[in-house]
Amino acid sequence: MIGGGRMSARNISAAAFRMREIGLVIGLAVTIAFFAARASNFLTVGNWQGIAQNVAIVLVVAVGETMVILTRNIDLSVGSIVGLSAYLSAATFVHHSNFPLPVVALVAIAVGLGLGIVNGLLVAVARIPAIIATLATLGIYRGIDVRITGGKNITAYQLPDSFLNLASSKPLGVPALAWIAIAITVLGALVLRWAPWARDFYAIGSNPDAARFAGIPAVRRVITAFAVCGALAGLGGFMFAARFPTVDAVAAKNFELDVITAAVIGGVNVFGGAGTILGVVLGALLVETIQSGFTLLRISEFWRLFFNGFAIVVAVTIDALVTRRLQTALRRRRAEILAARHLEAGS
Amino acid sequence: MSAETAPLLELRGITKTYGGVHALSDVSFGIQPRTVHALVGENGAGKSTLVKILTGVIQPDEGTLLIDGEVRRIADPQTAHKLGIVAMYQEPTVFQDLSVAENVFAGRHPRSGLRTVAWRQLRSDASRILDELGVDFGPDTPVRGLGVADRQLLEIAKALTSSARLLIMDEPTAALSPHESDNLFATVRRLRDRGVVIVFISHRLEEVTAIADTVTVLRDGGHVATRPAGELPHDEIIRLMVGRSLDALFPKEPAEIGDVVFKAEGLTRRGVFSDVSFELRRGEIVGLAGFVGSGRTEVAQAIFGIDSLDSGTVAIEGRRFRPRSPRAALRRGLAYLPEDRLNQGLVQPMSIAQNTSMAVLPALTPGGVLRPRRERALARRFMEQLRIRATSIAQVVRSLSGGNQQKVVLSKWLAANPRILILDEPTHGVDVGTKAEVHRTISGLAAQGLTILLISSELLEILGMSDRILVMREGRLVAELSREEATQERVIQAAAGVSEAA
Repeated sequence: MIGGGRMSARNISAAAFRMREIGLVIGLAVTIAFFAARASNFLTVGNWQGIAQNVAIVLVVAVGETMVILTRNIDLSVGSIVGLSAYLSAATFVHHSNFPLPVVALVAIAVGLGLGIVNGLLVAVARIPAIIATLATLGIYRGIDVRITGGKNITAYQLPDSFLNLASSKPLGVPALAWIAIAITVLGALVLRWAPWARDFYAIGSNPDAARFAGIPAVRRVITAFAVCGALAGLGGFMFAARFPTVDAVAAKNFELDVITAAVIGGVNVFGGAGTILGVVLGALLVETIQSGFTLLRISEFWRLFFNGFAIVVAVTIDALVTRRLQTALRRRRAEILAARHLEAGS
Repeated sequence: MSAETAPLLELRGITKTYGGVHALSDVSFGIQPRTVHALVGENGAGKSTLVKILTGVIQPDEGTLLIDGEVRRIADPQTAHKLGIVAMYQEPTVFQDLSVAENVFAGRHPRSGLRTVAWRQLRSDASRILDELGVDFGPDTPVRGLGVADRQLLEIAKALTSSARLLIMDEPTAALSPHESDNLFATVRRLRDRGVVIVFISHRLEEVTAIADTVTVLRDGGHVATRPAGELPHDEIIRLMVGRSLDALFPKEPAEIGDVVFKAEGLTRRGVFSDVSFELRRGEIVGLAGFVGSGRTEVAQAIFGIDSLDSGTVAIEGRRFRPRSPRAALRRGLAYLPEDRLNQGLVQPMSIAQNTSMAVLPALTPGGVLRPRRERALARRFMEQLRIRATSIAQVVRSLSGGNQQKVVLSKWLAANPRILILDEPTHGVDVGTKAEVHRTISGLAAQGLTILLISSELLEILGMSDRILVMREGRLVAELSREEATQERVIQAAAGVSEAA
């Protein structure tokens, strides 16, 4: 009986790891079926290419955000980083239309990396809680963006064709931006699986004290997570400018909300320690599919926002229920142990 | 002295003081290689402080540590690790979200080409250690689903990978079934035979006798004895653990004991405590004794409505009471002062009057406006009743002495006019003078007809203050002793689960 109690607790937790991804796949299938039945142009190649382009940018930034959240932190400033690096990318092309794309992309990444390191230092070294530190830099980075743009905007006419083609070209029928996202997610998943320093993210988020006892250099690791997140937000800004070539100071405003929504729906635990890139991909796909479907059906913005919020509540509730069932199972087992011990003491 | 008998670790004159209180004073003893060395003592005897010093978490004020005969300073946990000193804590420090194998090698993943994690090696290394320990879970099991017993074994597995020479186990069997304890002991013996020294801390004396080669007894931060386990029968260990006499520190005044005002029957919170039944009478001080973790605080918090009960009933003054929330309990005249509330339950920059009225502001603010006159009257009443020494009720709490601060906390709760007061460790961490003052106050409250349930880890406080003593062990009420029957030995015996014949 004792063994039975234990096995059920183990089974629940083992199942919980897979449940989230299976649930997301089912949710995605239901959503697609729903919109396919309602909107005739939903299941078209063009619509899916559009979805893929939107998912691509969210996903690139969400991979970095996931690393930060895994360490039991959060980065609210990614929207501002995307906006700033989008403007700087576009502005670079305005002045140097002959620069090769990879060079400008690297500039964008470097800008994001720098801003991410600032976040990491504020959180890990100055020990400011991440939600406050990055709320502050959200404002600061956006402020810098406003100052640099000086109220002006850059339009598609000022940008070289090579850059604009990045958003419109579709090698093998898949948008170029989506290829970038695929590369980043595969790379992100490999790193989180195979890089020892990235495995430490999970340990730090799971139990910060135990991580310190185990000799994990938590300060360095947290800075690394923010740096990677910033760099990917920088790349995201580059992609954003290609996709939405009219760039001004409010570009990508509130973008951090889409990113965090994708991660949370994808099963990344906001208390750190748990989450997979596969889950985040599914989460981002689900959010963007719903968005696209609602746009096609001309359903009001209210319902889109409502469903985004609703999906978060459902996702987090399922997590809480699983955790509670697990705790009940463990407590039942403990009761059996105490009873057994008293029986023995009595005999 | 030959190398064979040189101690692996020797303590010489180790002293540690916290705010004038000796946590350890002049402790000297040696730990021999290839032994299981048990450390026993009451709560507060200094065991945890000693463990913290050995693991580099804190530094001793005086004294030296010798490892293999050489003086060493254990500056931090990393140094302890390097010296091969590893501690397993009561609450295992595992990573819930990771697999067993990754937990074993957290922060020290084996690496392969391109500096990537060598998962195959990680798994096989972990498997080997787990097989050696004879556990029934695999390297891929998620730790979140493991019970406490399995987590303890996981902690041992972690310790084994870091080539531990001295393994400290603090109450490792607290959450284990008898069968699991036996398995753990088998592991401990295997480790000892492999050359690892085990420092074993336990409240359960049968275990100490069963597993230990040597026993060290601590009392009030002092070293009492270090002897071979074979020479120490249970009653001798208990005598060494207590070995003090009651003095005049605990002045319980005689109070008239009235009718039953509180009755608990069959209180059960699954896995925490079960079938706890007792009565409290008017004007009575009832001591609730037991080791930390025996469920004392948990019972009190369930009665007060902080945690839920799975079954059982509570009656206050003959009427059924369903503990749902602290507010509901306060309305029925039941107040609970948690341990830290006595130190932290005050707003330091505010006055005595403002602190006193805090819990009863609605009663002082008819129509939403505070009546300062009523607040002052309330504060003056308690200042007089509890003999708070201050220039006036307007004095800022920060400037009061510790004992007087404690009394302000007490007035805050008494302002709610409770008839039953549960005090959880009311004198934990206070100096001797303050302690006597708090005891006098508690005793005075009982004389005025309040019913008091006193939870304390300090045996002498329980014995000195209580009209009746309830003893808990592992979630159950195991003894009820009248003031006349109660002795230090009997309470410890009940709390440690030793039969009197032993």
